[in-house]
Amino acid sequence: MGKSKTIQIKTKDLNVTIHNNPVLKNIDIEIPAKQLTAIIGPSGCGKTTLLKSFNRLLELQDGIKIHGEIVVDGINIMSSGLNVPDIRKKMGLISQKPYPLPMSIFENVAYGLRIHHDKNTKELAEAVQNCLQEVGLWSEVKDRLHDPASRLSVGQQQRLCLARAIAIQPEVILCDEPTSALDPIAAQQIEKLLLKLKKDFTVILVTHTLRQAKRVADHVIFLYFGKVVEQGSAAEFFNNPKNPETKAYLAGEIS
Amino acid sequence: MNRRNIEEKIFITLMLASVFIVMGSLVLIVAVIVLNGAPSLSLEILTQTSEGGFYLGAGGGFLNAIVGSLLLALPATGLAFLIGVVIALYLQKDFMRPSIANFIRICLDILWGVPSVVYGVFCLTIMIAIGMTGGSLLFGIIALTLLEIPIITRSIDESIKMVPVGLKESAYSLGSTKVETAMKVVRRQAMPGIIAGVLLGFGRGIGDAASILLTVGDSNYFPTSLSDQTAALPTMILNLVSMPDQVVQNKAYAVAFVLLMIVLLISIITRYLTKKSSKHIIK
Repeated sequence: MGKSKTIQIKTKDLNVTIHNNPVLKNIDIEIPAKQLTAIIGPSGCGKTTLLKSFNRLLELQDGIKIHGEIVVDGINIMSSGLNVPDIRKKMGLISQKPYPLPMSIFENVAYGLRIHHDKNTKELAEAVQNCLQEVGLWSEVKDRLHDPASRLSVGQQQRLCLARAIAIQPEVILCDEPTSALDPIAAQQIEKLLLKLKKDFTVILVTHTLRQAKRVADHVIFLYFGKVVEQGSAAEFFNNPKNPETKAYLAGEIS
Repeated sequence: MNRRNIEEKIFITLMLASVFIVMGSLVLIVAVIVLNGAPSLSLEILTQTSEGGFYLGAGGGFLNAIVGSLLLALPATGLAFLIGVVIALYLQKDFMRPSIANFIRICLDILWGVPSVVYGVFCLTIMIAIGMTGGSLLFGIIALTLLEIPIITRSIDESIKMVPVGLKESAYSLGSTKVETAMKVVRRQAMPGIIAGVLLGFGRGIGDAASILLTVGDSNYFPTSLSDQTAALPTMILNLVSMPDQVVQNKAYAVAFVLLMIVLLISIITRYLTKKSSKHIIK
């Protein structure tokens, strides 16, 4: 079932220390384009750190030192002198706790469009509607587009954050445990959405639930205490793990 | 009844006593001002200036002081806000190294604690140096602006610090620059706190006597230019109370009452604005 794989993101010898504690060690991974890659591993093993290094959000934290290369579409985004907001524009991020902006529902989705593009009112309205329809939120909010986004339920807020992210047409969508804070029905909606979105975007999903990874991943990277233990296609990973630590994790012996 | 229950009852009693003392003081102050000031209040006193012997017990009013105070405090608050909000935004981790920012915060805290008379003397020194005598509206505004800057800046700074990091990260993830995030996201989220900070500054500015005592002089008329001397409500209270006539002294309470009403009115407006601006913020 070989899907043709172009590599969207590649890291070379990525090392991250936080306050001089090594958090990611010698990371060499490849993320295939237009597929859903799950980064799994026990809590605290560096999954979120790795995710946030892809859009250079990590640098905003205190005490961070990053060494190594992160190559996105052939460009090393860690080289000096690059315009960081432009790099971030290529990636969307949704976090565990959805953070809608302190604006109306409409303005949340329009935010990225307003700062990056010069669209007129009509184009803006159309783009916002499209994004909200993509995430399945349109029918629920079309009559209250100018209500504060904070009035939505958590599940709706998470879908709003997705709509907001895809509005600027990124190439990659980074998801940091996006369903942890959601009830099972809302979580299922998000998973279905991610499966739909991977046709148009490269999706990288950090999850600590093995079952979720099994349901949605095409490609898996297993991190254990800051090191990449195993990576490969989901089928290979779950059915034929090579590494003993992988086998132990899959069997629930380590977590 | 065991020891823990007794402890709880004692603390609750102490808390109630504190509330009583604070509320009681407030009620007492307002009552004294209202009871002594209300008899002197009239349409005449509010709509006329103090020319023609107001200080000597004749007719007239203190409209010049009302106008003077507003012309001092409103521009000073506006200026202090413009300067303060920029400083407060720039003090954040996104723009400035925390070690430097904390040093600046300490300086601002010290400036907040400086007695207002020092700001008055500072401006007076400059006025003497440039050969200006008698006082002017301009230097009164400058003194009040200097007084209000630390108050407004630190209040806004504290509100901005409370904006959740995750919210800023959301904005950055969308490719916002630091300035865009500050002006479009942080500002909106911190707006209720910003408004409260401005009110704090205004309240301090309009009621302060020491800083304008030395810098604005006095006048029976409205100031028509920045170099004019002007009357102001706090200084008028001092002037009236210093007069030997009891009737004239009582008029000071009327002035205090008007000052109280102005602060109350601005407070109500602020509450309304705060409520409106918190409509969209993330809880």
